[in-house]
Amino acid sequence: MIRIEPRQSSSRLMTLGIPVLSAFVALALAALPLAFAGANVTTAYQEMFKGVFGSTFAFTEMLTRATPLIFTGLAAALAFRAKLWNIGAEGQLYLGAMAAVAIGAGAIDAPSFVLIPLIVLFGCAAGAVGMAVPTVLKSRFGADEVVTTLLLNFVILIFLQMMLEGPLKDPMGLGWPQSPPILDQGMLPPLMDRMRVHSGLIIALVCAGVAQFMLARSVWGFKLRAVGENAAAAKHAGIRVNRSLMSVAIVSGALAGMAGVSEVAGLKGYLTADLSPGFGYTGIVVAMLAGLSPVGVVMSAVFIASVFVGADSMSRAMGVSSYLADLVVSMSLLCVLIGGFFARYRIALVKTPKGEQA
Amino acid sequence: MNGLTKRFGSVVANNAVDLTLHRGEVLALLGENGAGKTTLMNMLFGHYMPDEGTVDVADDAGALHPLMLGHPQAALAAGIGMVHQHFTLAENLNALDNIVLGSEPLRMLKRDRVGARAKIARIMEHTGLQAQLDVPVGKMSVGERQRVEILKALYRDVRILVLDEPTAVLTPQEADTLFDSIVAMTREGLSVIFISHKLREVLAFSHRIAVLRHGEKVGEIATDEADERVIARMMVGADTPETPRSELPPGAPVLQLKNLSVAGRSKRDSLEDVTLTVHQHEILGIAGVSGNGQSALAGVISGLNQPTGGTLTVDETAIANPTPRKMIHAGVGRIPEDRHHDGIVGAMSVAENMVIERLDEPGVQANGLLKRDAIRANADRLAADYDVRGPGVTARARLLSGGNIQKLILARVFEQNPKLILANQPTRGLDMGAAAEVARRLLEARTRGAGIVLISEDLDEVLSLADRIMVIHDGALIEANSRDREHIGLMMAGELT
Amino acid sequence: MDILQILLSESFWAASLRIATPLIFGVLGALLCEKTGVLNLGIEGIFAAGAMAGWMAVWLGAGLWGGVLVAALAGAFFGLIHAILTVPLGLSQHVSGLGVTMFATSVSYFTYRTALPNVSSPPRIEPFQPLDVPLLSDLPFLGPVLFQQTALTWLAILMVGLVWYVLNRTPLGVALQAVGDNPDSVDAQGLSVYGLRIGAVVAGSALMALGGAFLTMSAFDAFFFGMVNGRGWVCIALVIFASWKPGKALLGALLFGAFDALQVRLQTEVGALLPGQVFLMAPYILSIIALVVAARKADYPRALLTPWFKGQR
Repeated sequence: MIRIEPRQSSSRLMTLGIPVLSAFVALALAALPLAFAGANVTTAYQEMFKGVFGSTFAFTEMLTRATPLIFTGLAAALAFRAKLWNIGAEGQLYLGAMAAVAIGAGAIDAPSFVLIPLIVLFGCAAGAVGMAVPTVLKSRFGADEVVTTLLLNFVILIFLQMMLEGPLKDPMGLGWPQSPPILDQGMLPPLMDRMRVHSGLIIALVCAGVAQFMLARSVWGFKLRAVGENAAAAKHAGIRVNRSLMSVAIVSGALAGMAGVSEVAGLKGYLTADLSPGFGYTGIVVAMLAGLSPVGVVMSAVFIASVFVGADSMSRAMGVSSYLADLVVSMSLLCVLIGGFFARYRIALVKTPKGEQA
Repeated sequence: MNGLTKRFGSVVANNAVDLTLHRGEVLALLGENGAGKTTLMNMLFGHYMPDEGTVDVADDAGALHPLMLGHPQAALAAGIGMVHQHFTLAENLNALDNIVLGSEPLRMLKRDRVGARAKIARIMEHTGLQAQLDVPVGKMSVGERQRVEILKALYRDVRILVLDEPTAVLTPQEADTLFDSIVAMTREGLSVIFISHKLREVLAFSHRIAVLRHGEKVGEIATDEADERVIARMMVGADTPETPRSELPPGAPVLQLKNLSVAGRSKRDSLEDVTLTVHQHEILGIAGVSGNGQSALAGVISGLNQPTGGTLTVDETAIANPTPRKMIHAGVGRIPEDRHHDGIVGAMSVAENMVIERLDEPGVQANGLLKRDAIRANADRLAADYDVRGPGVTARARLLSGGNIQKLILARVFEQNPKLILANQPTRGLDMGAAAEVARRLLEARTRGAGIVLISEDLDEVLSLADRIMVIHDGALIEANSRDREHIGLMMAGELT
Repeated sequence: MDILQILLSESFWAASLRIATPLIFGVLGALLCEKTGVLNLGIEGIFAAGAMAGWMAVWLGAGLWGGVLVAALAGAFFGLIHAILTVPLGLSQHVSGLGVTMFATSVSYFTYRTALPNVSSPPRIEPFQPLDVPLLSDLPFLGPVLFQQTALTWLAILMVGLVWYVLNRTPLGVALQAVGDNPDSVDAQGLSVYGLRIGAVVAGSALMALGGAFLTMSAFDAFFFGMVNGRGWVCIALVIFASWKPGKALLGALLFGAFDALQVRLQTEVGALLPGQVFLMAPYILSIIALVVAARKADYPRALLTPWFKGQR
């Protein structure tokens, strides 16, 4: 007979080790689909590794890919800490991106030190509104934010198409549904010559550091943790739960919006409807893999970005579908969930005493 | 042999306990909270798996067979039924479905409701236990739910019935009726184990008494040969200390409710036109059977429930639209009924839980940032003063035992020198030592000048602590003019006003 | 043509029922899971898996009903993953469901891409044809609306009745309802909480996958990436709207189908006045509104989202 027993405390080694182990298990499990696709498994792993660490360019590409994932990962991590299920980062990302091109693509002509903060501000504000709405629907009407944020993703994506064929359409775009480019002085400066990695990465790292500090050391973070861990007790203790949820919703939405700003104003320069290959959803995996810790988000974003960039490169070299990356990402989420179980419980084998058959 | 033998081995909660139950006998299992009574019975019923030990159950012919442990199915098949303290009823189903649940094979394509009704009607007639079969259990009173629980066990043709604290939710009169039914059932060969920590009912209704302490059986005695003093000493291991209390004249009013009403989702959490006053140096005891509006009353005073009519005044200041925040600022200390659910954030540290009600104060934070050293120092001091024991103030609060969690809450509340204290079931689930500590702290606050509202389902606790007693029934409050147990019992049942 | 004319046309109601079919499967499946206390956000991915698996089985020559079976099995498989993670292991139902959605979607896409690496236009299969019942199909109005649907639509309607019957008229149904309200009640009567919940999640997920299979085997004749397009999430909203009742679930799905069919027709009527996207958004916004309206009075299964562990009471 098997019995599940809660552990008295989970060790530090476990909180660190389980995500790392889960990531590697998921990566190892990729051998199955690779074999299924008829590829040489060893070569495939080598190609993936080369695709990330093979050159400076490859490595900076990975960091470029990690940048939006840090933002969406932080958006999910903070919201989930308060048990606010923001699954809408994908939509909020596009809201941020739309605001960025609305402001930055010629509407305002100003020097960099004015224009860039404005773009960031409006992008974050748009993302924040995108999460504030479902949070109001939750606290006023009790509508489950999981479902509303998920559905809003589709609404926003259709809205984006409408904008790209309407007010935000580039007149010089040869009829393609894309926005005009952001002014040069509105672009986030690149970090290295001839590389795509841009200063959005620095902003992302700063956000992670600030989030980590605020969560542990501020009254805001205290309230957020209390609401997330036990909303009833937090309410009883005089913490205004709805207000706390709204504040984390705004921060979470703003971070997701910032992911859109960073992609548009840091990388692409203009907005199309395929700006994000699911960064919002992948952010959930990043956050879970990080154990909802902001600093951990940076590390897990780097891992997930490596998987994507490595798989892309391997796919080009070997003809295996790049959906392999999505497969690894989803498996790492399931693995870290299961790992979390072993961190909190242990399974004890109980010997059935003899002579107890009925 | 016409008896049954049960042997249990050592688990953490129970250490090598032996018990024997005879046919047609009422065995009382007595012990303090946390003595391991419920654990023991849960092993018998298969909810828990014992680490050692065996159980033998007699069949109809009286031959003993070993029971497979860890499987409720096996226990049910052997004729053992259990009525839990926390009812195991599905509230969305009616009584009939609840009673029949599990007795028909799941692969059946239809339910036999006619046959089931006939059988239940027979059982009701034999035992005098009545319940409405077609009403969803969620809409029933606690007493009726309990009868459904017992009917559910009897429907499975049990020969051994285990009742876990059956009278905790009943008025004294309802309890007497229940025991009459039990006696009637034992005459037909049913054997009953009932778990209790109330000496009075154990002495009145059992044939034999087994006493548990710290998970071990410390004594067994025929009820005829027992008296209260003997078994109390067995339970606690020593005579219980009386809490000393002094006569104090009541001072100015600290809490006034005038014609206060709360419209809850159901009758259970509503209040109707309640008026009460609590003074300084006064403990007002609120007696009543659970589910009569206590949670609504506590909710209003702690700021969780909004009154739909009437006024609430704390220390001469009227409070409109109370919130937990406003009540804390008004000087109200609140000890919640469910200390795990409402009292602490288990995943946060003991130190953090000690300041959670005063995050705005300069002693705790500056410019929105926590003063971690001050919070730590505060926790160290309170843990020493209030004897909060556990793995340390930086450890998660959920690692504390129930008694220490309550001490944490006491420390948080009493440290603010509240003018008014709401203590809702403050000793429920605590062992006698911890309970005595709670009582001592409450009396200390009373001496200091606080007014206290003590809500308790334990009439003995109300009688021993309260200066004044009010009875809550169906959302209404009535002053009790007598401290006579019988009289208050009738008021609790709503038969005296 | 005005709205009234649209509402009176046969083709409109036939389209409504057609659009509603995958949702009926999805809502029923989600209802079955939630009734026992398990939220299954794997639905979106299970739709994709059902669509892909069913289509591929037919494409490989399994026959249409063989494809339906394969789709159901695929759904059951992913449902089992969710069930194991959330029931005996008691992990977060939200996160596990999202994980299953991601996993099922990427498995489907990867498998499809690997099987068909270099196709520009997706290969087609011969899908289910409308059931042409002699005489009945020729009835005015009802004929085209009801009797020119495919077998899968009929299966969906049949399932509504079956799920209702099982939940309300059998001992199994009573146990399923009880386990979603208070698992202890089931455990105390010697029934297996884990067994009931895992079974319901697996069966519910198989139903969801049939909704996906309808897309590739009846509504269309090929598999596309992104073809599920939020239908799963809509089902989760509709379950709340239907207050966990099979009959109301059918009604909710039909209302949604009618609305979707209406917006397509309005789009062609007044498309010049408003951008087409306004109409495309409407079904999602409608789902959100339905959720907001229903949420306050929703009578959630009491044990929803709450894990239960044996021997920890």
